[in-house]
Amino acid sequence: MRSAANALEVDQLSRVFDVSAPWLTRMIDRKPKRYLRAVQDVTFVVERGKCLALVGESGCGKSTVARLVTGLYRPSEGAIVFGPSSDGRPMEAQMIFQDPHASLNPRWRVGDIIAEPIREFGLREGNDAINGRVAELLRTVGLSADDTKRFPHEFSGGQRQRISIARALASEPEFLVCDEPTSALDVSVQAQILNLMRKLQDELGLTYLFISHNLAVVRHMADRIAVMYLGRIVESGETEALFANPQHPYTQLLLQTIPDVTSPNRDRQMMGGEPPSPLDPPKGCAFHPRCPVASEICRSVAPDVRQRQGGGSIACHMAPID
Amino acid sequence: MTVATHPSMSDVPALDVRGLSVEFPTRKGVLTALSEVSLTIQRGEIVGVVGESGAGKSMTGMSVLGLLEPPGRISAGEIRIGGKRTDNLGESEMAHIRGRMVGAIFQDPLTSLNPLFSIGQQLIETIRLHSDRNRAEAKAHAIDLLKQVGIPGADERIDHYPHQFSGGMRQRVVIALALAGNPQLIIADEPTTALDVSIQAQITALLRELCREHGTGVMLVTHDMGVIAETADRVAVMYAGRVIEVGPVDEVLSRPKHPYTRGLMGSIPALGARVERLAQIDGAMPRLNAIPSGCAFNPRCLDAGPRCRQVRPAMVAEGKGAAEGGVACLVYDGGVQ
Ligand SMILES: Nc1ncnc2c1ncn2[C@@H]1O[C@H](COP(=O)(O)OP(=O)(O)OP(=O)(O)O)[C@@H](O)[C@H]1O
Ligand SMILES: Nc1ncnc2c1ncn2[C@@H]1O[C@H](COP(=O)(O)OP(=O)(O)O)[C@@H](O)[C@H]1O
Ligand code: SF4
Ligand code: SF4
Ligand SMILES: [Mg+2]
Ligand SMILES: [Mg+2]
Repeated sequence: MRSAANALEVDQLSRVFDVSAPWLTRMIDRKPKRYLRAVQDVTFVVERGKCLALVGESGCGKSTVARLVTGLYRPSEGAIVFGPSSDGRPMEAQMIFQDPHASLNPRWRVGDIIAEPIREFGLREGNDAINGRVAELLRTVGLSADDTKRFPHEFSGGQRQRISIARALASEPEFLVCDEPTSALDVSVQAQILNLMRKLQDELGLTYLFISHNLAVVRHMADRIAVMYLGRIVESGETEALFANPQHPYTQLLLQTIPDVTSPNRDRQMMGGEPPSPLDPPKGCAFHPRCPVASEICRSVAPDVRQRQGGGSIACHMAPID
Repeated sequence: MTVATHPSMSDVPALDVRGLSVEFPTRKGVLTALSEVSLTIQRGEIVGVVGESGAGKSMTGMSVLGLLEPPGRISAGEIRIGGKRTDNLGESEMAHIRGRMVGAIFQDPLTSLNPLFSIGQQLIETIRLHSDRNRAEAKAHAIDLLKQVGIPGADERIDHYPHQFSGGMRQRVVIALALAGNPQLIIADEPTTALDVSIQAQITALLRELCREHGTGVMLVTHDMGVIAETADRVAVMYAGRVIEVGPVDEVLSRPKHPYTRGLMGSIPALGARVERLAQIDGAMPRLNAIPSGCAFNPRCLDAGPRCRQVRPAMVAEGKGAAEGGVACLVYDGGVQ
């Protein structure tokens, strides 16, 4: 821990997956083992009580980082260090997933789903106290205490996401990892959930690692943003600064291509090319085949991550040095 | 098929839906999934259809394509594609209309592509089915279409199979396939929802450009208001199986009239500025078996009055008629008291 103000410090984190064909097939076809670098040399900190967002296109490694941070995957390299929670023990992170349908056991009643972590961690003694706590959690997320008897399928998508949040809050975490928590929801329901998450953050002092591909949502939620491309963080910084003055060509292109309701651009320039395969990443800077300002060095040398004044970072040969 | 190409018919809309209702008989009674939906789309015009999941967007598109799943059935209303009435056609006639008069693009490109055939085989077959080109001419046209949708190395890629393309590329191929029969109308149901943000813009820009060039009308079904803002000419907002507001896109998005549309617009986080709290429509859209009496939106509506629980608001036309522009809310039709 470099600073007690940090809830989480992630240092040079990498995760490699073995995606080789089965041994026998490999022997017959004389193919070598294949590895996929889903996350590479990822470094970031999340300040206590703040929200850091990871953004990027499908397959860039956002969910893998989330799963590493919550311990669902082991890192191949690097360190993940949580700061102390308010009672002095290391913080533990709870996770909220994109699909509230898949993450709730369909055969359990809502009351039991939420009570399980309370029982497991022994956070309340006796059934009355546990039931009281479940009712309180349901009210916190805008549901009613009567909902304990119902099954998940009896709820709408937005209500199921509220149940997931109540369950995540049941173990009294101070850190929540939210992987696309509103991506499966309609905009009007998304607004309800985002408002709820902001309110809970204020009231309970929660720290968020928030993952989304929707930059408008991210802008609404995050204090800081880290942009990922093919397993690496290519740019990070304070939300407003990043939106006002993106430095990395990929960030610039992302911001240019998202359609916006408030200032629609009907002659939008299209971003050329498509994301490359992580199995076969381009040499040098992984973004060079799509980069409008790539030069010779970009094709052979991967840019280092440079720290910028004001706490941001950038990984691009062409970005100005400050 | 002279109807489509006759010059004096060019002001016949690509699509004209009037008072369309769709029912699903179930054991517990008949569910009305669509209620008196009216919508026109001119040739070369892109009309967005927006609304929450379950509002009836896809159902409207599927009705036009003649792909309603049984026991769903059209219980009232008329559908005309390029002036030709299609809601009363049988399946074999409708199969002929699909491809030639109306094309489809769905969320998952793989539902429109056959994994067992090369994209060239699929394009050539569709072109030959809908025109009298011979094999060589059809192939040349297929390559031309692939070039138009921006597939690099089209003469080589034409022999590749769907799995050899990325998601964005596949959706381009599906657009080429939808255009192959030179239809007057394309139904695009969430065509970019499964794609990455950077690819979404490519695909919608392509759709916009090609439909202008070919004079194709497009029904663009999506829940992404940003895509609508940048692509559509007009937009229809649906709620609980009805069109509740329709009009030019900049009107509806920047000066929404219906309380639901206003709530919807406020609930979208904007890129331009951060607000403390997003506007929020409390509650949820009713299920089909529990649609409130009067205005279906009344339990959630901040402007509701006693009349809203009794009178179902009709579309009040603006401009050229209810299918072109209008709003269905009692505030604009005699008041809520
Ligand atoms: N268990 C696994 N085994 C092999 N490869 C994996 C595994 N999990 C993830 N990957 C690969 O790692 C890369 C990053 O995946 P990840 O799920 O983190 O992406 P993501 O940024 O969350 O994308 P999305 O926006 O689609 O959710 C992808 O190429 C993915 O296919
Ligand atoms: N096969 C079916 N049987 C009964 N109801 C259906 C069927 N298919 C769709 N519906 C209902 O019709 C309504 C409209 O659905 P749909 O058009 O798919 O909505 P959208 O595309 O706007 O999300 C929904 O309430 C849906 O549940
Ligand atoms: S390092 Fe080169 S290729 Fe990569 S983003 Fe910067 S300029 Fe573009
Ligand atoms: S008719 Fe009444 S309830 Fe319906 S939207 Fe208008 S004001 Fe609201
Ligand atoms: Mg993911
Ligand atoms: Mg749909």
